Amino acid sequence: MAGENRTIDNKLLKWVDDRLPVVSQMQHEMYDYPTPRNLNYWWNFGSLAGFVLVIMIVTGIFLSMHYTAHTDHAFESVEHIMRNVNFGWLIRYIHMNGGSMFFIVVYIHIFRGMYYGSYKKPRELLWMIGVVILLLMMATAFMGYVLPWGQMSFWGATVITNLFSAIPVVGDQIVTLLWGGFAVDKPTLKRFFSLQYLLPFVLVGVIVLHVMALHKAHSNNPLGIDMKGPQDSIAFHPYYTIKDLFGIGVFLMVYAAFVFWAPNFMGHPDNYIPANPLVTPEHIVPEWYFLPFYAILRSIDFGFLFIPAKLLGVIAMFGSIGVLFDLPWLDTSPVRSAKFRPTYRIFFWVFLLDCVVLTFVGGNAPGDPVFSGVAWFKWIHLGQIATLYYFAHFLVVFPLLGYLEKTKPLPASISEPVLKGGGNAPAGAAAGAVKTAPMEKA
Amino acid sequence: MATPTTAGDHDESKRDFLTLTAGGFAAVGAAVAVWPFIDSMNPSADVLALASIEVDISGIELGQRVTVKWRGKPVFIDRRTPEVIEKAREVKLGELPDPQTDADRVEKPEWLIMVGVCTHLGCIPKGQKPSEPHGEFGGWYCPCHGSHYDTSGRILKGPAPKNLIIPPYTFATDTKIKIG
Ligand code: HEM
Ligand code: FES
Repeated sequence: MAGENRTIDNKLLKWVDDRLPVVSQMQHEMYDYPTPRNLNYWWNFGSLAGFVLVIMIVTGIFLSMHYTAHTDHAFESVEHIMRNVNFGWLIRYIHMNGGSMFFIVVYIHIFRGMYYGSYKKPRELLWMIGVVILLLMMATAFMGYVLPWGQMSFWGATVITNLFSAIPVVGDQIVTLLWGGFAVDKPTLKRFFSLQYLLPFVLVGVIVLHVMALHKAHSNNPLGIDMKGPQDSIAFHPYYTIKDLFGIGVFLMVYAAFVFWAPNFMGHPDNYIPANPLVTPEHIVPEWYFLPFYAILRSIDFGFLFIPAKLLGVIAMFGSIGVLFDLPWLDTSPVRSAKFRPTYRIFFWVFLLDCVVLTFVGGNAPGDPVFSGVAWFKWIHLGQIATLYYFAHFLVVFPLLGYLEKTKPLPASISEPVLKGGGNAPAGAAAGAVKTAPMEKA
Repeated sequence: MATPTTAGDHDESKRDFLTLTAGGFAAVGAAVAVWPFIDSMNPSADVLALASIEVDISGIELGQRVTVKWRGKPVFIDRRTPEVIEKAREVKLGELPDPQTDADRVEKPEWLIMVGVCTHLGCIPKGQKPSEPHGEFGGWYCPCHGSHYDTSGRILKGPAPKNLIIPPYTFATDTKIKIG
């Protein structure tokens, strides 16, 4: 694997590379980067997320050329994009649905990490940088949703910025500072536009750190055990570049289906009503990807000791992402992959279900009954149960399982179970023995 | 030039002092430089200047609720009937999360004037129109997360922590108020 000195044939490229070693650096990261040979398709979602970010940046830059960040013109300028600008509808729908696709991809990426224990030593920092990326994405998407200046834009912005008023003593000053006035208004819209342009580029920087941390620790894999030698790995290029590209192809089919046939499926019709600061819509709901967190916020309708309900709700909401930072230390099990953790595997699926339940809770009015026949059981009650479980999963299940669970024996190496499979083993396995020569030579 | 290597030749505590004071000044300097940028995000002079309005209330009937806009927010003006005032006075202070007497919330009992923004997360409570829900206590009801306000605009039930805010206002004449 690593160590071979590749040559650059093109004279001009070589001249440049001798002075600015970008090409050899890329070669080093792509060809010489050893990747576990057993990665499954759940490992596609990282590069897929990067791909979506590029789409968001490109479409965003083109939207900005026609968009007007002014309360009197924002809504109109988005309609102008939709009706007058050549292919404006396409660029906007790509951007609008891209936000949702971005979150789908990243949520799968995160659940993949949870299932296979990718946050455990030595990948703690890699995981934590990932959580920072999630937070930045949320901020970007939130501010982006404000830009079209529809009813949901305005009232979503009002409710979310008001969260900060729960902070004791300085809360109200902070909210006034965020707004640049006494309500969400022109200054707010303009600064959101400025920051929405900036944050994706900050994201790019943080993603570079994410990948640096990845290339130090190397990829985890479905077995969750370390690569022990060349027989366990395979070069990133061409094997995984082609697999990632295939994944992008499949992904684009799904994405295009939304863009062309159901562009508003994941949006809310109220956002096609211009913002009206004097009328709150009947039900304020955030974009679907925020619903679980919104459900947690709303499920806290009680105070605790000296903490009022409003502050406690905000703490719970931010805490639900905060616990992710601590996950590497909350999980006490030495075994990474859920493949060998039969009990954790069950809890994983229950947790996933819990998040789905929270999503539904977030989309329904807290006071409505969950089942039409059972009046006393309201969405807020379901939300409280689901919120309790969410935190219990991290704060109780994870720490205890490490001690209580009887894990299955781990294979001796990555190649062992792969090569035992015989005929279908991938390229390089032909030699059949664990002690084959380095991959490139097989 | 050779750099000195032995610490003994120098007065170490003097050096630490210099490093610390230099670092301290740099930190203060950085904070001072950052402040104009932060403060530029605060309300600008024109936003502050537009902060007061005059409202003619002569056309408001007894029992009618009217909304006006002040600082980008709705202000509720409620010309209350004697029964409604009585209802507000009957509420016991002990039941209120944010105790305040009705008398403390009005200049003239007939005129209840409040910022119509829910103190939870800023939605506009329903109840200005007769057709809208008024909540369990006949005042206002915020549908966003279910806050119920009484006929004095005080929070009685739900997640909102405070009563609806009373803006600064004066009666310029009997039929005109100045808000802000
Ligand atoms: C992390 C990547 C990004 C995310 C998640 C994101 C998300 C969003 C969302 C959800 C909307 C609202 C779409 C709608 O309902 O119409 C939006 C609108 C917008 N975004 Fe982004 N965005 C991203 C990157 C960018 C970038 C890099 C730019 C500019 C360079 C940009 C410029 C705009 C503009 C001008 C709008 C308003 C036009 C419209 O509403 O269609 N975005 N963004
Ligand atoms: S904003 Fe009124 S109850 Fe939450």
